[in-house]
Amino acid sequence: MFKDTEHLIRLAAVILILLAVFVLLRAAVVPKSFGQYGHYRADAIAEIAARTPAFAGHDVCEGCHTDIVDQKKLGRHANIPCEACHGAQGKHADDPSLKPQLPDTAVICARCHEANSAKPKAFPQVVTADHSGGLACNSCHKPHRPKIEDEPKNAGTKPAGGK
Amino acid sequence: MDITRRRLLVLLPAAAVAWKYIQAGTPEAAPNYKMAEHWWGMLIDIPKCIGCGSCVRACSEENDVPDGYFRTWIERYHVPDWKIERPEVESPNGGKQGFPPNEISDGKNFFVPKLCNHCADSPCTQVCPVGATFVSPDGVVLVDKNYCLGCRYCVQACPYGCRFINPKTNTAEKCSLCYHRITKGLTTACCEVCPTGARQLADLKNPKDPIHEFLKTHTVQVLKPHMATGAKVFYNGMDGSVR
Repeated sequence: MFKDTEHLIRLAAVILILLAVFVLLRAAVVPKSFGQYGHYRADAIAEIAARTPAFAGHDVCEGCHTDIVDQKKLGRHANIPCEACHGAQGKHADDPSLKPQLPDTAVICARCHEANSAKPKAFPQVVTADHSGGLACNSCHKPHRPKIEDEPKNAGTKPAGGK
Repeated sequence: MDITRRRLLVLLPAAAVAWKYIQAGTPEAAPNYKMAEHWWGMLIDIPKCIGCGSCVRACSEENDVPDGYFRTWIERYHVPDWKIERPEVESPNGGKQGFPPNEISDGKNFFVPKLCNHCADSPCTQVCPVGATFVSPDGVVLVDKNYCLGCRYCVQACPYGCRFINPKTNTAEKCSLCYHRITKGLTTACCEVCPTGARQLADLKNPKDPIHEFLKTHTVQVLKPHMATGAKVFYNGMDGSVR
């Protein structure tokens, strides 16, 4: 038998207390969901997913603005989503009384159609300074159906029921 | 039972621990969304990109990205006719306002949109000392901003330069693949506004996703494949000069 066993018992007691403090502190400090899927806080996933989207998505827009959808279908802008030009409209979708500001066509059209050697060759491009001299694009083009139709000129000359 | 001073000293910390759990609760998750049924990635069709910057603007607005920082950005490449091993790359303000016209007639010019590659074996999550960044069970690399220390290890570890420290919160920030949108059945903000369809969200676990047909009929690449990061942003028609 050891001589002063009391010392060893005291030492063991101290170690046990420290261990208990560690276990208690760890339980208090480490979030409950930590380690559920891996070395991270699983609740963070739900927290990140809970944010409200700013962009409503074109399906929501098309639910109300059916007239614009019909217009767009006829032209080359058919597949361009509404918020590409109109910006985030989530708030307007939630509360339609909030009227969004219309985009400035002189700026927004040029972002896509200003000539640039890095753009695909088949993509319609203009040098706006030569093309319109800074005039707003919607002076001539309808943004939803941009091709300028020559209906008014031909309307009278076309024979009725013609080909 | 009498409450003695000694008993009170034992009971108080225990009560504090219990109260913390009662308060924490579980935040409301998106209904009908099962993480096990998805594996997210993105497809970028370079020949369709016109460098308009719509994606960069939409991302900033959707995610409240501070000015001068980018979760996604566009690079304009100029590969000269000779010295093709030294392409010139520029990205003025991340391409947020589009690109100034250039009169270059020689060589090859094209745009490359970039974002987090949501690597399956991501270097950035491996270096996080506290478990504040991770690959979610549906394959999205996310940052737990309430847990991040702002130590910047992940910013250095990302081989694609996709991370930054948000100057307001001093925590790491990056593309979340609009996790708050895709879990609600929407597409990401950048894919939503892309006018030419150059960016498409892809759910690789969904057999009906058009990505599968596209991958079968096209040769796609990922960025820096030699780093074996398991990147899930697939580039179609990408020139070998892209870094």
